[in-house]
Amino acid sequence: MTTVKELGTYAQNTWCPGCGNFGILNSIKKVLADLQDQGLDLNKVVLASGIGCHAKIVDYVKVNSFYSIHGRVPPPISGIKLANPDLVVIGHAGDGDAYGEGIEHLIFSAKRNINVTFIVHNNRVYGLTTGQFTPTSPAGFIGRSTPRGSPEEPLNPIELILSAGATFVARGFSGKPKHLQLLIKAAIKHQGFAFIDVLQPCFTFYNTYDFYNKRVYELTDKAHDSSDREAAFTKAGEWIYGDGERIPIGIFYQVKRPTYDEKLLKGRIPVKLKPGNIRSILEKHI
Amino acid sequence: MKEISILIGGKAGDGIRQAGHTLARLLNRIGYRIFFYDDYPSLIRGGHNFSIIRASKKKIEAHKEKVDLIVALNQDAVEKHKNRLNSGGMILYDSEKVESQGVGVDFMGIVKELEGVPIMRNTAAIGALAKVLNIEWPVLESVMMDTIEKEVDLNIKIAQSAYNRVEKAWFSVPKLNQKILPLISGNEAIALGAVQAGLNMYIAYPMTPASAILHYLAEHEDDLGVVTIHPESEIGVALMALGAAFSGAKTMVGTSGGGFALMTEALSLSGQGEFPIVFVMVQRPGPSTGVPTYTMQGDLSFVINSGHGEFLKVVLAPGNVEEAFYLTGLAMNLAWKFQIPCFVLSDKHLSESIFSFEADPDKVKPEDPLLWDGQGEYKRYLDTQNGISPLAFPGNSAAIVKVTSYEHDEYGITTEESEQIVRMQQKRLRKKKTIEDELSKHEQVKVYGNLESKTVLLCWGSTKGACIEVAEELGLKVVQPLVLEPFPIEPLRKVLSDADKIIDVEVNATGQLATLLSAHGICIDDMILRFDARPFTVDVLLDKVKEVLS
Repeated sequence: MTTVKELGTYAQNTWCPGCGNFGILNSIKKVLADLQDQGLDLNKVVLASGIGCHAKIVDYVKVNSFYSIHGRVPPPISGIKLANPDLVVIGHAGDGDAYGEGIEHLIFSAKRNINVTFIVHNNRVYGLTTGQFTPTSPAGFIGRSTPRGSPEEPLNPIELILSAGATFVARGFSGKPKHLQLLIKAAIKHQGFAFIDVLQPCFTFYNTYDFYNKRVYELTDKAHDSSDREAAFTKAGEWIYGDGERIPIGIFYQVKRPTYDEKLLKGRIPVKLKPGNIRSILEKHI
Repeated sequence: MKEISILIGGKAGDGIRQAGHTLARLLNRIGYRIFFYDDYPSLIRGGHNFSIIRASKKKIEAHKEKVDLIVALNQDAVEKHKNRLNSGGMILYDSEKVESQGVGVDFMGIVKELEGVPIMRNTAAIGALAKVLNIEWPVLESVMMDTIEKEVDLNIKIAQSAYNRVEKAWFSVPKLNQKILPLISGNEAIALGAVQAGLNMYIAYPMTPASAILHYLAEHEDDLGVVTIHPESEIGVALMALGAAFSGAKTMVGTSGGGFALMTEALSLSGQGEFPIVFVMVQRPGPSTGVPTYTMQGDLSFVINSGHGEFLKVVLAPGNVEEAFYLTGLAMNLAWKFQIPCFVLSDKHLSESIFSFEADPDKVKPEDPLLWDGQGEYKRYLDTQNGISPLAFPGNSAAIVKVTSYEHDEYGITTEESEQIVRMQQKRLRKKKTIEDELSKHEQVKVYGNLESKTVLLCWGSTKGACIEVAEELGLKVVQPLVLEPFPIEPLRKVLSDADKIIDVEVNATGQLATLLSAHGICIDDMILRFDARPFTVDVLLDKVKEVLS
């Protein structure tokens, strides 16, 4: 059995001290170790990431990984899963990745309900490129590309992904790792596209620790019916990535729907397919 | 007669391609070799479509501007094409819709009388045409039974009625005693070559003129053992394919210039991460949307130089269906053997034209890539003597497989250290020697025509068909590189060394192959370039070459 410690690698961690990514890294390692205890074969796990601070996570976890390019996490994880549906595939992306450069891929992953997990490290700022506004930065955000304030309203990714058809929609906070671990575990176990928007402070360029600590509260089964789509939209509208008083975290929505991989593959496993006989096809061309 | 060319014309929606297809099958069944050219504008209804079916005793890979017979389903087909008629040629037309000299048959009347739908005029035309060509009715009947999917009986009735209304045969197209070959398009040959080399997944976004690869593989998925996917965009296509290859699936993608422009980001990732992947690039005229349903060889330098950063790729350029079949199989095997992106560079003229297919399917076999032996700790990017690191896939071994777009160490962990950067770039580029050695076992440059001639027609891709016929007529030599990257300069030097005059023939405006050759120190004496989005026909090229030689 691999322990949480053994899930680390020799790669030197280059995140800033206090970075919200640590909370997500520790959570994913803890979840993988726990799931291994419950029978998950870690050889079947593939992590993927895009480009940005979040993306370094794949260097820090000793499992199979695909370090992709900016915005392009959903397509390779879809290809990985579709070629070999036995694999357990978890994509990590930044908010610039997921909601900016690669938003089309994210929407389509939700629309198709492909059976993968997708975790957005949403710090609402471009960190690695030293502080520009992102699709979820608040209006008026002052960054290096918007010294007079961002002229754009933020996108609400929870509403977006609900609209696109995801069957598991959640929000976590990197400052609440225990809660985050529950979400990640539920997401991995979910059969279908499981999406978690993780609020994550950027210690250097957008330090939101206090802001979130004062506002986040956990959704409970008692107070919120996660099988109710209308209720999910209502909860999603409670905070629209601006100022706001209260920020719900937890599972907004979860339902079962046939997955894209099941519908497309119909039991076929592409990596094990045997090529057909082209001679009989050629006969039809006479 | 040794050969016959027939043009069928009408508006989009008249079923011109379908009629041409049936005609091609008909002539094929009586032993002729076929070349079928399809000319259609980018619209669904209206406009003017035509197909030229050339049938010959010997194998042909091009059509001629001049034809022996025009089948006109509308007036445009007469007005636009009557100047193409050879002496002794004739026009067969729908007497209700068209005014012309020649033989008029009331196609529309027959369809109405038998309560068919208007598109069945194309069936009436084929019926009448069979009689004009003196082909026995049962031959047409059996072809129709095999090719028509809907309303077979009604179509046969319509065809027979039209057949009987033609009083006499105008041509004699006798049955030939030759083996009957399958008729396939370049796109179908590409699909089948990939399957024969072990294709597991084909991923593509629709784009003319590459879409038919997707359609064909999707239709025959179960028979061919392939999974096809149509994702959100070409960016999604190429990245999804890299994910599939990482899992161990032999994967191919296909597109045309605009779609490939979107894929170049993923192409660079395949260079950095050493992904085995096959790109089919079917050229059409650009820049940008250009002339979507026509042909051009304008993307040679784009493809060879595509992708940011420095990395290896192989570009293969088939010129007929046999080459499309073999070279796609080779591209798949090379991609996996060397863990590099490999290209099949086609164009509309090759991909959408239909040829008699004479390849031996057994000549293409899946070759095993270098796999990890399971010993010790797995390093995805193990630095080896020839630069090739053993492959392992997630999920099926004790290996931890880490692939990445970043520069990395042997394990696939990011590095920015100068020594590591140099070491890994050298490791990747070291494969060049092994790739060139491997390619040298294959035919890289083809030579045709009069091998003694000191005048050479130089061409690549689909232009070869017209070049070969012209060279045979004029006693010239033809040189056609099949491999365009890594550029086969030594084999080219060998066959060009005693040439007095090299005439470069390309379907583009700047002579991109000529530019490549001159960069390697071989000068071209003349260029014959066509860039009106149409391919060279044999007779037009013959005149141009004569002009250059006079």
